[in-house]
Amino acid sequence: MVKLNGEERAMLAGELGEPRKLSMEHILQVGGFFDAEDLVEVSHVHLMADTESTGEAGLGYLEMLGAYPEDERRVLVPTVTDPLGCDFAKADRINHPREFVAQERRLSAALRNLGILITQTCINYQTILPPVLGEHLAYGDTGSSIYANSVMGARTNFQGGPSALAAALTGRVPRYGFHLDEHRRGTNLWELRCRPESLSDWGAAGAIVGRAQSSYWEVPVIVGVDGAPTSDQLKQFGAALASFGSTPLFHMVGVTPEAPDLASVFEGAPPDAAVIARADIDGVYSAYRPGDDKLDVVVFAAPQLSLVEMQQVGLLLRDRSVHPDVTVLAATSPEIKAACDRMGITGTIEASGAVVLEGVCFYQMHAREIGEANGWRRLMSNSAKIVNILGGYGYEPVLGTMEHCIDSAVAGRIV
Amino acid sequence: MADRILRGHVGIGPKVTGEALVADDNFSARYDLDRLEGVFSRPTHKLAGRSYVGRVLALNVAKGGVATAWMLREMAARGMCPLALLLNFANPIMAQGAAFGGVALIDRFEVDITNAIRTGERVTVDPEAGAVTVHGRGSR
Repeated sequence: MVKLNGEERAMLAGELGEPRKLSMEHILQVGGFFDAEDLVEVSHVHLMADTESTGEAGLGYLEMLGAYPEDERRVLVPTVTDPLGCDFAKADRINHPREFVAQERRLSAALRNLGILITQTCINYQTILPPVLGEHLAYGDTGSSIYANSVMGARTNFQGGPSALAAALTGRVPRYGFHLDEHRRGTNLWELRCRPESLSDWGAAGAIVGRAQSSYWEVPVIVGVDGAPTSDQLKQFGAALASFGSTPLFHMVGVTPEAPDLASVFEGAPPDAAVIARADIDGVYSAYRPGDDKLDVVVFAAPQLSLVEMQQVGLLLRDRSVHPDVTVLAATSPEIKAACDRMGITGTIEASGAVVLEGVCFYQMHAREIGEANGWRRLMSNSAKIVNILGGYGYEPVLGTMEHCIDSAVAGRIV
Repeated sequence: MADRILRGHVGIGPKVTGEALVADDNFSARYDLDRLEGVFSRPTHKLAGRSYVGRVLALNVAKGGVATAWMLREMAARGMCPLALLLNFANPIMAQGAAFGGVALIDRFEVDITNAIRTGERVTVDPEAGAVTVHGRGSR
């Protein structure tokens, strides 16, 4: 039985309105499933919601909550959103099916009606409100969760849309999993024998570690990283690890805050390390190598690109033209898009024929239907996460470095 | 043949009876399914091409991202949902999705659930009791 304090009991009894009552009932169902003893207050929430995921059922639920009086429906803690499912300004350019565009407009209105900040970003830890060591959160994206837990030392489980919404409306989550010290200890050890170079190399390394994780509760520990990786490198590593592994925490000894040394993350002697060598990273690329050089679309997303990554894409596309048979998409957050507009980066990228998408992350925007509408099948990306996801969406994904992706887009075939 | 009872952790969702679809593989609604056609669509999944609609899925662990938390409710509303999920290990997303969608879910069995049930067997899933009854041939 999950213990509740007086305010939590009042919410459950409906004294603070139906939205908080429904939310508390949801929290108790999930908390009971994981044997949570009580609830923990969260300081802010990152809510994943796109209409491909919510469908009419989830969208209808959000709109139903919005019909309650404002004091009953408004979120209790600051709540920001993951990418939504449509860039309205570019919908026609990429043949986004119109029924989904209309649904997305309803979704934005429904979220705003609950007092949610429509940030449309999965890199909120880089661009909106970086988490703090020990801070309890309700984060709703695997990539943002693993970054907050691992790189920042904050504490969250994967809080999918309905649970993040419940956290936003109550300010609480069940205290289980990665909110507790005992689940944050290492369970398996990896030694990096080579330094990943490109962002896609870091993603490939994350894929190798992630694929080997047997469940959500595993915590991989990485040694052998000589010198701190950049935020973007850790972003790609963590996003791939979380995507392939469905795990929300890693420790990197000497890099991440809870792992100054091995003794800090393992009880007793650490397990034997699995080795990652250059050949293993090359093997991830090989697994996605196609049988011919056809290319339809290049996607830079998952996670959304930082300002630095956008600048890199711009430099690689400067004074070049994307081949007419290929589409290049680069997805970033509204904040970074505004910065790119101001600094001329958007102009440089789009002068090549590439498309900058704002507030979306491609795989969360009806990628199957957009692919069918445009005749896209062979997709190339430097994101290990996105190639992992899109195989199930009817694409033939190919993993390459950013340079390889852009050289191929210009050539009109995989070079 | 007598009924067999498999015990797991107390689960989520309603008590249901249906036909099992089993594989030693993992599960994510976004990564693995074509939710419009109601089939496993990830080419490398051991159930690729198989319909999951109305089946009691018995798989190894919850994998993939967070979308399943929303998707199970939508899948249920469209009649394109598994009847129940039996996993060796769920994750929070699967539990959240089952709670939001009203889909039966049990995990943490005393045995490997992917070895304990065969595809085509008729099973009753009782989340409140954390129990799965595998019905013997001829029983209802």
